[in-house]
Amino acid sequence: MRPEPDIAPDDVVVAAEAPESFLAEPDLGPAADEPAPESTDLVDADEPTAAGEPAPDAGEPAEADIVSEGAVPPEGDVAVAPPPAQAALPRTLAVVSQPIRHDSAVKHVTGAAVYIDDMREPAGTLHLAPGWCRTHARAKLLAVDLSEVRKAPGVVDVLVAKDVPGINDVSSAMGDDPMLAEGEILFWGQVVFCVVATTREAARRAVRLARFEVEPLKPLVTVEDALAADSHVLPDYRFGRGDVGKALANSQRRLKSQIAVGGQEHFYLEGQVAMAVPGEDDDMLVYSSTQHPTEVQHTVAKVLGVIDAAITVETRRMGGGFGGKESQANQWAALAALAAKVTGRPCKMRLDRDDDMIMTGKRHDQVASFDVAYDGEGRLLAVDLDFASRCGYSADLSLGVNDRTMFHADNAYFYPTVTIRSQRLKTNTCSNTAFRGFGGPHGVIAAERIIDSIAVTLGLDALEVRKRNFYGPGRDVTPYGMKVEDNILADIVGQLEVSCDYWKRRASVRAFNAKSRILKKGLALTPVKFGISFTLIHLNQAGALVHVYTDGSVHLNHGGTEMGQGLFLKVAQVVAEEFGIPLEKVKITATNTAKVPNTAPTAASSGSDLNGMAAQAACREIKARLIDFVSLVYGTPAEQIDFRDSQVIIGNGAVPFREIVKKAFLARIQLSAAGYYKTPKITWNRDKAEGRPFLYFSYGAACSEVTIDTMTGEMRVDRVDILHDCGKSLNPAIDIGQIEGGFVQGMGWLTTEELVFDGEGRLRTHAPSTYKIPTASDVPEHFVTKLYDSPGNREDTIFRSKAVGEPPLMLPASVFSAIFDAIGSIKPGVVPPLDAPATPEAIMKAIHATRRGGA
Amino acid sequence: MRDTIRFLRNGRIVELADFGPTETLLDYLRLREGAVGTKEGCNEGDCGACTVAIGTSEGGRMVYRPVNACIQFVGMMDGKEIVTVEDLAEGEDLHPVQAAMVDLHGSQCGFCTPGIVMSLFTLYHADAEPTRRTITDWLAGNLCRCTGYRPIVDAAKAACAGPADDKFSAEAGATTGLLDFLADRRDIFVGDDERFFAAPRTVDGLADLYARHPDATLVAGATDVGLWVTKQMRSLPKIIHLGRVLGMDRVEDAGNAVLIGAAATYDEVAPHMAAIDPDLGEVFRRIGSKHVRSAGTVGGNVANGSPIGDTPPMLIALGAAVELRLGDDSRVLPVESYFIDYGKQDRRPGEFVAGLLVPKLAEDQVFRAYKISKRFDQDISAIMSAFRFTLDGGVITEARVAFGGMAATPKRAAATEAKLVGARPGQAGSWTPALEALAEDFRPIGDMRASAEYRLETARALLAKALVETAGAPTSMTRVVGHREIEATAHG
Repeated sequence: MRPEPDIAPDDVVVAAEAPESFLAEPDLGPAADEPAPESTDLVDADEPTAAGEPAPDAGEPAEADIVSEGAVPPEGDVAVAPPPAQAALPRTLAVVSQPIRHDSAVKHVTGAAVYIDDMREPAGTLHLAPGWCRTHARAKLLAVDLSEVRKAPGVVDVLVAKDVPGINDVSSAMGDDPMLAEGEILFWGQVVFCVVATTREAARRAVRLARFEVEPLKPLVTVEDALAADSHVLPDYRFGRGDVGKALANSQRRLKSQIAVGGQEHFYLEGQVAMAVPGEDDDMLVYSSTQHPTEVQHTVAKVLGVIDAAITVETRRMGGGFGGKESQANQWAALAALAAKVTGRPCKMRLDRDDDMIMTGKRHDQVASFDVAYDGEGRLLAVDLDFASRCGYSADLSLGVNDRTMFHADNAYFYPTVTIRSQRLKTNTCSNTAFRGFGGPHGVIAAERIIDSIAVTLGLDALEVRKRNFYGPGRDVTPYGMKVEDNILADIVGQLEVSCDYWKRRASVRAFNAKSRILKKGLALTPVKFGISFTLIHLNQAGALVHVYTDGSVHLNHGGTEMGQGLFLKVAQVVAEEFGIPLEKVKITATNTAKVPNTAPTAASSGSDLNGMAAQAACREIKARLIDFVSLVYGTPAEQIDFRDSQVIIGNGAVPFREIVKKAFLARIQLSAAGYYKTPKITWNRDKAEGRPFLYFSYGAACSEVTIDTMTGEMRVDRVDILHDCGKSLNPAIDIGQIEGGFVQGMGWLTTEELVFDGEGRLRTHAPSTYKIPTASDVPEHFVTKLYDSPGNREDTIFRSKAVGEPPLMLPASVFSAIFDAIGSIKPGVVPPLDAPATPEAIMKAIHATRRGGA
Repeated sequence: MRDTIRFLRNGRIVELADFGPTETLLDYLRLREGAVGTKEGCNEGDCGACTVAIGTSEGGRMVYRPVNACIQFVGMMDGKEIVTVEDLAEGEDLHPVQAAMVDLHGSQCGFCTPGIVMSLFTLYHADAEPTRRTITDWLAGNLCRCTGYRPIVDAAKAACAGPADDKFSAEAGATTGLLDFLADRRDIFVGDDERFFAAPRTVDGLADLYARHPDATLVAGATDVGLWVTKQMRSLPKIIHLGRVLGMDRVEDAGNAVLIGAAATYDEVAPHMAAIDPDLGEVFRRIGSKHVRSAGTVGGNVANGSPIGDTPPMLIALGAAVELRLGDDSRVLPVESYFIDYGKQDRRPGEFVAGLLVPKLAEDQVFRAYKISKRFDQDISAIMSAFRFTLDGGVITEARVAFGGMAATPKRAAATEAKLVGARPGQAGSWTPALEALAEDFRPIGDMRASAEYRLETARALLAKALVETAGAPTSMTRVVGHREIEATAHG
């Protein structure tokens, strides 16, 4: 291990000068029943504080009372050093809102950041590989012959369903995800047995020696298959308002169409991995690359048939998650734990990339069908929207995912009369799961297609039609009944429209298309409005554990997990800000179910909102105790005590934070606290489809320009401009990284990333050789991202910031709409039936259909 | 004869006798050295998380190339320097590429980062100007799922300009000295007659060894064979590596043709191909990634007979020939004759591809090549096409048309070629019959890369595009990538 690096000292703005200490020791006062601490602990004029430049707003020391009225003056003279800056509200933030680099950045670039597969393995560690039937997606298992597997070199054990002492299920809630399949297989890649061997290679070789005797059954593969077979994994759901049928029937302008939107493989660079280390009694320590350590804990306990308290799950960092390690991490951790239980040895399970892509769930694919009515200006009058979603063989998180599709089927637009339906279809494919955006992106794409289509039929520019349909005064209630109170899209889109030169470029695109026969350009500016909060209300809670040590350093732990998004850093910034200490004094620690229990997954973009608030609560609890203590000791009113520049500001004086902490310890003040937060205001009654499921919305907009080749369907993104709202950003550098990364990931989903299942239900794209996420050259040279200059979140979020994980994933709807626009230029008035992803073949298909006149 | 391999790690010579014939470099680093900074992302040479830099001594100077450690066999490292992500920083002082990645927020989850750092390290040491195009080329084999690449490209621009000035450049003299010392003339044979890793030093030695072990697997860059091991879990007990065979990596300009040794890498061949025609250069640029092109060979691309290799259609259209050798005998045949059927080539037991002869274009010849894939860089072709038209006064007098991805082998389009003779590129009506004839030549299948219909339709479109361009349309108006106007300038 390399030493922990300094964290961007240049970026951390703190006071430079170590102030003089109190020159005289204050009396602890009559209430203090302990002997006063040693005076040497109190006076330390050389106390180092953080290096760096003075805070930019640090003013001259103010002349003020040394001892405030009302306070009991301590005996004797109290000389107090002037504070470096006047305590004033709102004060300048020193750590929060700074563009500080990722806390692990130096470890990332030196290879010192430890992922689970990099941990030193305890002696005797065994390795697992999953065994499955490579021939069929759906079959009855008549016999599974594992005799050759058991005899293979290095094999220690082979686990099957009957080895499970507890419940053979790794689902989040629904009880329909067997860890080891028995009797039947329901998708291609379902795990039937698991080899435990001395090396990973031995395990991987051995799994191939199994012989399956099966009775094949016809798999349901596509949305169409499932619809034809009426195969559902969950009941349909619908909400809306008004009589849509009547509104459609009465309308002069009506448009009916559909769009198929493909799924997406997460392609986290670090594949699924877990290591289980058995302890005494039933104890099991599980290192898991998971976004949801608590659920891994529960799953392991359930599978092993032991109490939750026996299981500890730890997650330091993931090499990417994106939703793919929310429920999907359970199975591998539980298998490793079962193997550890059975063998009594540490066991590690790391999936090979192909197994990972074959066995774990992906973004849903959906077919959205719409029937809409609109006026001559392009304003929507009625929307009837139906989503048919391929959920795979089990429910997994499909309820929430598809609900969120419905919640975002309006994107940014007001639907006066509306019905939104969702069918959750059961197919013999892997069980689709959470993926950044959690169903929302499908809703957004459907909404944008509706707007684009109307623009084509009316011969209007799509941006005009978009703006006419935005939420606004008197048109501000969503299809699910929540009032949109914080809409800033008109401003965001207005600013972007100007800064990206939309109208001039629109004219250039037209001119280019008029003279270019083979190549055609397209341009689109699309908005995003994304609801923040888990729609499962109980998940909107978080805990944090903060210890202050007597040297003034702080141990930070919370329920959120780090997958690269910078959550650990953001929460550490909050803690540093609260205590007024430099970031390097805050020790970031691995998520651990024994430290903070009963946590929500790090998902729904909520990590900073929830855990930042919980950590702040913990800090404030400790600070409250310290303030009481300081107030008592120094006789300074609580409101004149503040924490900044590594000091506790006491009236006009200041004492180093570590000094106060040390004194507090000696005075027996608790320096540790568990913080807790639950999101206010949110309600959602799913049965009645009523309430306010989101605390607030995050907004953004992007403008993209593309060029397509109408002979081959090849497409190039020429330029992207983004303006996105993070409220008052906790860390602009991290937030810009989230926006850019989300954009490119969403662009991949809509363009090059195609999941291909064959007719037998076998995934044919299960490696990066066949499944193409964007690479560096797919990002245009002009790719400019700016943060919206926000006065701050209207809601009382952590330092008025906004969630940023998922919303940007939908910004590349602009790329997809720009491709649609380019195809549309071939035959004005015809709506190109472009499906996603817009591969060269999909683009050609839409071009042909457009030339034929639509259809 | 030597029964060990020797390579350089951090200035020290490592000598290995006990290693498996197909033990990967990645497993060696992670499992044996415990150098776990290098990550396994895909185990098939596609994601770049396992990128390490391989240093070689060439003409008295050090050259560093990025390779995917997951599909390199450790035996292939003989005589080379291996540099991993742990080796760059000096104590607390980060290497310039590391510092730039940190300062410009180039990492998020960090898992791809060591690989990206190592790719940038090789760019830092390369002569190439870090233009955006060079950088994205260099990074095409490094997938990042978090950042969207913008900050990484910025870090590359910031760090890789100007001459290298790091401990590796400072010690280059000593390093080349050590590597030159390791480059002895002995054959390497580690193992026994049943299971071995061998790296002969001469073509004759190779011919002799392979004739004795026709069941051995020949490995040049291992960018294909590596996957047989890591993905198909095949046991390949006998490995003969071509990388040390003197002269087998030669690329020679022979006036009206280019001679390519079978062990010459794509990167070594690419400039010669680009000099023949910018389209050749562009397709070479899009083969695999920098990592794959640093290790993979044109000889291997032909020898393995894949129907979707990028180079065979181009070689066929150019009228290239392949030289095969068995023991002391050698024979030469047209590249198209080498491919018999899917997985079947005209190669006898113990016979190997020794080299290729690629004719240059004559004054009256026009060449076009197009690669169609879902992603532009580092993707496998759905359709690969190449055309060579010989013209006389605006009339095609001879046409060579070849496609990949359209049949079980890379294949010439005989009927189409016949219909092209006499056609005038400037008169679309004159070549319509040739477009129709493609359906006689090919009955493609559908797979995960494209449907049969799209393949046939696009094959026609590409032929039409080649003819339109031949008639004079600027490629900036006919293509979204690979504009020849820019290519020609770039290649001087």
